[in-house]
Amino acid sequence: MTELVSIRDAYGRTLLELGRENENIVVLDADLSSSTKTTLFAAEFPERHFQMGIAEANMIGTAAGLASCGKIPFASTFAVFATCRTFDQLRMSVAYPNLNVKVVATHGGISVGEDGASHHAIEDIALTCALPNFTVIVVADATETEQAIRAAAEHRGPTYVRLTRPSVPIIYRESYDFVIGKAIRLREGKDATIVANGLMLSRALEAARLLATEGISTRVLDMHTVKPLDGQAVQEAAAETGAIVTAEEHLLHGGLGSVVAQTVVEHRAVPMRFVAIRDQYARSGKPEELLELYGLTSQAIATAVRQVVSEK
Amino acid sequence: MTEETLSVSELQGKARCLRCHIIGMTATAGSGHPGGSLSAADIVAALYFRVMRHDPHNPQWQDRDRFVLSKGHAAPVLYAALAESGYFPRELLCSLRCCDSPLQGHPEMHLLPGVEASTGSLGQGLSIANGMALAGRLDGRDYRVYVLLGDGELDEGQVWEAAMAAAHYDLDHVTAILDRNRQQIDGWTEDVMSLEPLADKWRAFGWYVLETNGHNMEAILEALATSRRVKGQPSIIIAHTTKGKGASFMDDNLRFHGNAPDREEMARGLGEVRTEERCKVCGVEYPGPC
Repeated sequence: MTELVSIRDAYGRTLLELGRENENIVVLDADLSSSTKTTLFAAEFPERHFQMGIAEANMIGTAAGLASCGKIPFASTFAVFATCRTFDQLRMSVAYPNLNVKVVATHGGISVGEDGASHHAIEDIALTCALPNFTVIVVADATETEQAIRAAAEHRGPTYVRLTRPSVPIIYRESYDFVIGKAIRLREGKDATIVANGLMLSRALEAARLLATEGISTRVLDMHTVKPLDGQAVQEAAAETGAIVTAEEHLLHGGLGSVVAQTVVEHRAVPMRFVAIRDQYARSGKPEELLELYGLTSQAIATAVRQVVSEK
Repeated sequence: MTEETLSVSELQGKARCLRCHIIGMTATAGSGHPGGSLSAADIVAALYFRVMRHDPHNPQWQDRDRFVLSKGHAAPVLYAALAESGYFPRELLCSLRCCDSPLQGHPEMHLLPGVEASTGSLGQGLSIANGMALAGRLDGRDYRVYVLLGDGELDEGQVWEAAMAAAHYDLDHVTAILDRNRQQIDGWTEDVMSLEPLADKWRAFGWYVLETNGHNMEAILEALATSRRVKGQPSIIIAHTTKGKGASFMDDNLRFHGNAPDREEMARGLGEVRTEERCKVCGVEYPGPC
């Protein structure tokens, strides 16, 4: 039985630690603090935790005002609300003036589950990547979350970090050198590369293990930072393995696959396939059920790898 | 920081300066929003030349009062006030909206000293002002945050989110000023999307509400002074104004919301606003439209 660890708890804990280390860290929430786990910070630093109610646009603008006065605001809510209804605020109040606001959103993707399409975030990476000055990170497990949140706090500039709702398998057993914009080569391989992040990373590793039994040697890259993309890692993958599959819990349009494809086409075109949600909204269901239904599985990744390898 | 306190008539003179600059710079740029800039000139003059604690030689002074131009299209009045205050040379005003100018069509906070927030997409400034006030409270600083809103802008829901939050957090260091010039692009506000009863609405949101004649300097100063004495809640001054105030042909003339005066209109407008005395001090000759 694979051990699963909560990413959201990791966020809540790390935020609290950061709050103890730096009095300029402030936190905003939109009536979801028990879900986003900013309650931990709120309990110890109530004067630095601002409950904004179900008013996400105002939350982002307020975070911008705090950042303009030297605070380091972490603004949290569900990913769909953090990006869809706040897009103009992210654009005008945060990205355009390049303010040091961290938007850390939970409930990314469709693994949100039973709440259904209104609460799934399948566009958030496309939206945030479209904002100049934004750094966009998708974390895969609890350890990566701790590292990424710390890196986000250190980084100066607009930052979006996406977390999942469900607990996820452990990928990183110890802390490691997380660097924004630097992909991690989790598995060596020479026949193809899977570029993945977030919840799809563990599925990418499963696919690679399965493919190995078929004699296909697959590199796996954890592309936690979608923007700025680690273009060098992508180019090396294209040059050294000759075929790339991307895997993300997001729409095909505008997400990790799109961003990787731009680099591949520009520098070294190789066969590519994309495991992503195909231009549709999902529905209510259990997380695993939805991931299966919408093709976000290790089998889908393995099939895609076989396809690109055959096209080399 | 200005050491001397300007008299009411000196402030009125400053407001005339701002009006001159607004007419000149928008005409020269060939575009811009003179109407909604002119309606705010007296308010902005009162703030920058008498009421606000700020230092043009130290734009990052942590204890400064902040001014957020939430109605960002009125950038000309802000730029004029900053120039007259000494944040940058007045001559730069001739470059409004030019490609390589720091005087962008709507204010950008990193391009020009003294601009506190990047605005232009309406409805966002009050949220930003609230954030600034919260930061000040956390840091134990006493600065005030003034935010100028347009009345058409109140159509935006985010304004009301921010209004709720300001009252919830007892932000008595936030003073909002509403430039109630009664017009927006598609016509009178009450025809487009009725706002009244406005004072009642703000009171219902937990704000201390003042109303004033937005072109009477004494009344403006009194309202600002009263707002500074309000404790435990944010305050709003509903300033009744006229769009285009200062040039008779621009008065309440919707055409000048987002259209610049042409050369002949510029000359006419400047002629109405200018006095001999101010022209000697200012010295900026606006070339007018190309």
